[in-house]
Amino acid sequence: MTKANDYGSVMARKAEIMLKSVGIDYSKFESGSIAFDYEKMMRETGYTLEEMQNIQYSVNVGNTPVLELKNLTALTRTCAPKEKGARIFIKDEACNPSGSFKARRAANAVYHAKRLGYKGVIAATSGNYGAAVASQAAITGLKCIIVQECYDSKGVGQPEIVEKARKCEALGAEVVQLSVGPELFYKFLLLLEETGYFNASLYTPFGIAGVETLGYETSMQFREKYGKDADVVVCTNAGGGNLTGTARGLAKAGAASQVVGASVNLSGLHMASDGQFNRKSFTTGHTGFGMPFSTWPDRSDVPRSAARPLRYMDRYVTVAQGEVFYITEALASLEGLEKGPAGNTALAAAFSIAQEMNQDQLILVQETEYTGAGKHIQPQLSFARDNGIEIFFGDPGEEVPGQNIILPSHPSLIKARDVDLDHMRRSLIKTAVSTYQVEPRSEDIAFLAEETNSSTEFVREVLKSL
Amino acid sequence: MMNVGGKMIKKGEWVRIHKIILEPSERAPQVPEDTKKVPLEMWDKGFLQADAEIGDEVTVETVTGRKETGTLIEVNPSYRHDFGKFIPELLAIDKQVREILFGGEGK
Repeated sequence: MTKANDYGSVMARKAEIMLKSVGIDYSKFESGSIAFDYEKMMRETGYTLEEMQNIQYSVNVGNTPVLELKNLTALTRTCAPKEKGARIFIKDEACNPSGSFKARRAANAVYHAKRLGYKGVIAATSGNYGAAVASQAAITGLKCIIVQECYDSKGVGQPEIVEKARKCEALGAEVVQLSVGPELFYKFLLLLEETGYFNASLYTPFGIAGVETLGYETSMQFREKYGKDADVVVCTNAGGGNLTGTARGLAKAGAASQVVGASVNLSGLHMASDGQFNRKSFTTGHTGFGMPFSTWPDRSDVPRSAARPLRYMDRYVTVAQGEVFYITEALASLEGLEKGPAGNTALAAAFSIAQEMNQDQLILVQETEYTGAGKHIQPQLSFARDNGIEIFFGDPGEEVPGQNIILPSHPSLIKARDVDLDHMRRSLIKTAVSTYQVEPRSEDIAFLAEETNSSTEFVREVLKSL
Repeated sequence: MMNVGGKMIKKGEWVRIHKIILEPSERAPQVPEDTKKVPLEMWDKGFLQADAEIGDEVTVETVTGRKETGTLIEVNPSYRHDFGKFIPELLAIDKQVREILFGGEGK
């Protein structure tokens, strides 16, 4: 019997397709209400930290260097008040196969797929994760399909995404490119059903757990080299996996580091709008993902996302596109390091945050990404200019995403701007109640307190106000 | 048969195809107005399963061994992304950060 392949019918089969392609029965962790057992779900990956490290090392992933950026630190001190200006470090995750920290997520997901007997893997991503999955599939001998949202209705593709398609193809994957729209998920489901491949979702437990080694490794490196933990660890935040995994890894090492999420500010732009798609200069690490995924993680393709950043964020800041571009250029000019712009989102934030800290303190940016044609400040700015985006020097605080990119006229104008975490916590609690349509029980309240890194008192107060 | 179209592309060649997956009327209800007006399009690449010309409806076999259909749009599809047009503002940033850190130019 042939199945109906129209949009509605396929979406109705979503749960069944997900179950077959992810190999996780999420109902095992449910309470029947708002709460679910997150830690049990994370444990059920069946991989200890040591096992994950071994898996990663066996496929040449991880063990990346930590670099001190002495000149950027000196620059930050020229902007900072007296005796302020923490030492800035980056973890050079671009050294991983495929060029980003995503290799850690992919290594675990692909290993898991192979172990379970799947013949191939599929990932829906316009980002570095696609190349990471393709790279791991190549090593493991699995087939790979990457589904990307790449073009607008005029057939114009964002240079960053076009380069990522090339990278995936270079690593032997099939790349299915789509025009703008959430219905990518529909094609993705059809492909999963047709091929029977594993869904290497960004939001499965083993994917997120794979990033724990990043946090853990960082702690070990800092203790060995500097005798202490980094005071602040800044993580570029989009879907939440980077921050969640890193924070969990830091926690497993018993690190006392403050975890800060950083996103490029793209407020005002609609992510599913055909017309606005190419008016942004960042395709990941931005508020278009960061805000919705922090305040409602379960909007992911899997029923319960393993990426739950609000549990771990001590602070959430945004930076302007212009600030990230400026810092990317400064990194090349002052440190002799050419890295992709999206991977420097956290670095732009760290440049500002370092100025609030003492000079003997340590701030770590926990990733970098590779760079090349398309995936570089030059083509991204050139594309923006060609699309009518104004680029000029000024106060990046006045940047209007989709209209202009304001490069700071002086580095002292670079400012990490705080997002109101309490507002996000309230939003999550509100969405939980409206989604589940229940009167929260005490189990749900305890769960929501964990979800929001707050307290049962805070949760009760929010519930009362609803 | 007279070949009134373009060049015949041989079976087995590596090509790029395009097709519409969802017509505007079939799109998800929650998409914004501008997206609702346009179809959901797809591009893929594979080995041509039979001789064809650009513009023909064809079947390809992708690198994963799947069969996919669509309109033939390019043979030996190239990558055209590059470093874009030069952005002179980047020179100003270099000059500024080096001046701040290492002092003015010219001793």
